[in-house]
Amino acid sequence: MTTSLRTISTQATKHKRMNLFTAINSALDVALATDDSTIVFGEDVAFGGVFRCTNGLNERYGDERVFSSPLTEQGIAGFAIGYAAMGGTAIAEIQFADYIFPALDQLVNEAAKFRYRSGNQWNCGGLTIRAPCGAVGHGGHYHSQSPESYFTNTPGLRVVMPRSPITAKGLLLASIRCPDPVIFFEPKVLYRSAVEDVPEGDYELELGKAEVIKEGADVTVVGWGAQVYVLEKACEMAAKEGISCELIDLQSLLPWDVDTVAASVEKTGKLVISHEAPITSGFAAEVSSTIQEQCFFSLEAPIQRICGYDTPFPLLFEKVYVPDELRNFEAIKSVVEYSK
Amino acid sequence: MFALRRVTHNVVTRSRCMSTATEATFDLTGSFDTYKLDSAPENTVTATRDELMDHFKLMYTMRRMEITCDNEYKARNIRGFCHLYDGQEAVATGINAALTVEDSWITSYRCHCVALARGGSVSEVLGELFGFKDGLTKAKGGSMHFYNKAHNFYGGQGIVGAQVPVGAGLAFANKYNTPPGDDMPVAIACYGDGAANQGQIWESANMAMLWKLPMIFCIENNQYGMGTSIDRHSSHSEYYKMGNHIPGIKMDGMNILAVKEGMRFVKEYCAKGNGPMYVEMSTYRYHGHSMSDPGTTYRNRDEIANTRSTRDPLEFLKKTMIDAGFSDAEELKKMEKEIRKEVQEEVKKAKQSSPPGIEDLHTFVYSKDGTKENDEIQPFIRMPDYAKSIVA
Repeated sequence: MTTSLRTISTQATKHKRMNLFTAINSALDVALATDDSTIVFGEDVAFGGVFRCTNGLNERYGDERVFSSPLTEQGIAGFAIGYAAMGGTAIAEIQFADYIFPALDQLVNEAAKFRYRSGNQWNCGGLTIRAPCGAVGHGGHYHSQSPESYFTNTPGLRVVMPRSPITAKGLLLASIRCPDPVIFFEPKVLYRSAVEDVPEGDYELELGKAEVIKEGADVTVVGWGAQVYVLEKACEMAAKEGISCELIDLQSLLPWDVDTVAASVEKTGKLVISHEAPITSGFAAEVSSTIQEQCFFSLEAPIQRICGYDTPFPLLFEKVYVPDELRNFEAIKSVVEYSK
Repeated sequence: MFALRRVTHNVVTRSRCMSTATEATFDLTGSFDTYKLDSAPENTVTATRDELMDHFKLMYTMRRMEITCDNEYKARNIRGFCHLYDGQEAVATGINAALTVEDSWITSYRCHCVALARGGSVSEVLGELFGFKDGLTKAKGGSMHFYNKAHNFYGGQGIVGAQVPVGAGLAFANKYNTPPGDDMPVAIACYGDGAANQGQIWESANMAMLWKLPMIFCIENNQYGMGTSIDRHSSHSEYYKMGNHIPGIKMDGMNILAVKEGMRFVKEYCAKGNGPMYVEMSTYRYHGHSMSDPGTTYRNRDEIANTRSTRDPLEFLKKTMIDAGFSDAEELKKMEKEIRKEVQEEVKKAKQSSPPGIEDLHTFVYSKDGTKENDEIQPFIRMPDYAKSIVA
């Protein structure tokens, strides 16, 4: 899958083969090098982190800037908010997104409301929370969750999830430098498996912008994170049946690029949205609702949401639980049938 | 540091080449450090041959089971995350010996051996790990989530420290359900040194002390919170003193007799309504944090080997029994061989089961509705309805 880099703040001409965790590492390296106030911390971060994202950073930038924190998510979030409130750039890692819930109060009640409640006197825009999310094949209840929709219901926060090394580095640098607090989810299954030639220097991708990965005429298919690859496979299966799909990666969930998706649905008249998180109140509900409002007369079939079921994320039944390419292929076929 | 000296022993019979003393008294001087306590556990404790044999059997079964889990995980028969307890067997065994089945026990994800102590069989534990329907939690929980209602074992939690406020609730229920003046069943919440600084633990400690709950805060200090050593994650590493004005006791977690006597003392204190107590067990885990962690990037291999050769809880118990005249090396070796075989049989038995059917995916999300069966899908849970699929 090729990516068109829409905004490049610094021309990066040299590329290097990187997987997702190396690209994240590269982004953190650039952030630490270009902004002296940047600190990177979280559980086990100093030795490189459980996913190697912070490899070598402690050696290069020292204990004062790259350090391990105790096992205390609420403390990590609050501490990061405080540092950011004083103008610093805080990049806090939550070891697995499943562990983010003790920090939910700090993020929702402190980080999101800081600027608003102080009449713009204070803000914690320098805050970026990074958390690995999503199914990994054997994660079970507490190493597989996708909690993005708890945060998309919180005005004041931004929520971002990249799908590849190139987009991850660009979106992470944009998130770090964004003047609003950002929750940056990293699909952990892609840390080693997604590999691309990533620009080595400093570049950013625009937040709040979706990307049309593949153009098509019959069905709009929307996803984010690792799910994009599942949808790509479903689209290929559909293409064999003569169905042309337009595949969109949202990239940013809060705010999300309504215009790009709406323009696509006005063209195709059919929409399939897919995510791993449980279907009830998952982010697909927001996309579906908004598109229904904006594109009512263009719709030729009910909007399909192909998501995780309404149960805790199972270990044993994971293969059945996750919205795989077959379920999505069936949804694509069903909207095409319906519209005939 | 914590030496165990035999004080006296009674030799009752002598048969063949084994001396079979049945009871002995052991010296526990130096095994306990107390904090804000007027009394302390006894310095000597008497134990019978049968008791020590039972402890040995349980501990060795735990050890073999954990090693089996390691092998089965590497053979990819166990999937998911797997946190092994070998090295810490004396803690679970000692707590189990001192408490009764009326006492509530809640612990972290490193719970295979507690599951074994609290009524689980090796085949049920392995069955659960294999994801088979005859597993202890019917394959719904996996490695981190073992429970046993009949034995008051509340699991088995994934989130670090989350078991402690729940433990406070268990203690409260125990107090609530006991007539005033009677001894209360206690609630013990086990957690690691890594969890000890979680905010919710301070919150639970406050509630436990305020309402004089029969709660034991048991810190299994194995020196590492995943990959970070205690001096790098904790500004204060005397965990038994962390309760502030809650009294505390530190004990040698590698010495089964110290753990048992220490916990007997703690249980009595809490059961009589004196309030909570902090207990710190000095122990060590041989494996890494989980099967995904080799355990050697943040620890010295020498340290692990050294602990194995000088502080291993099983070797300690064996030596104790031999020195007391309860047994000899040959008999113990024979027992080990038998237990090895038993564990292998149990694993074979577990492997004869099979995964549950797909309908188990959505069972037990909510409680049983009075008019419907347990495993019928509640109307508001969206599940696939293949009959209504509109694909031609």
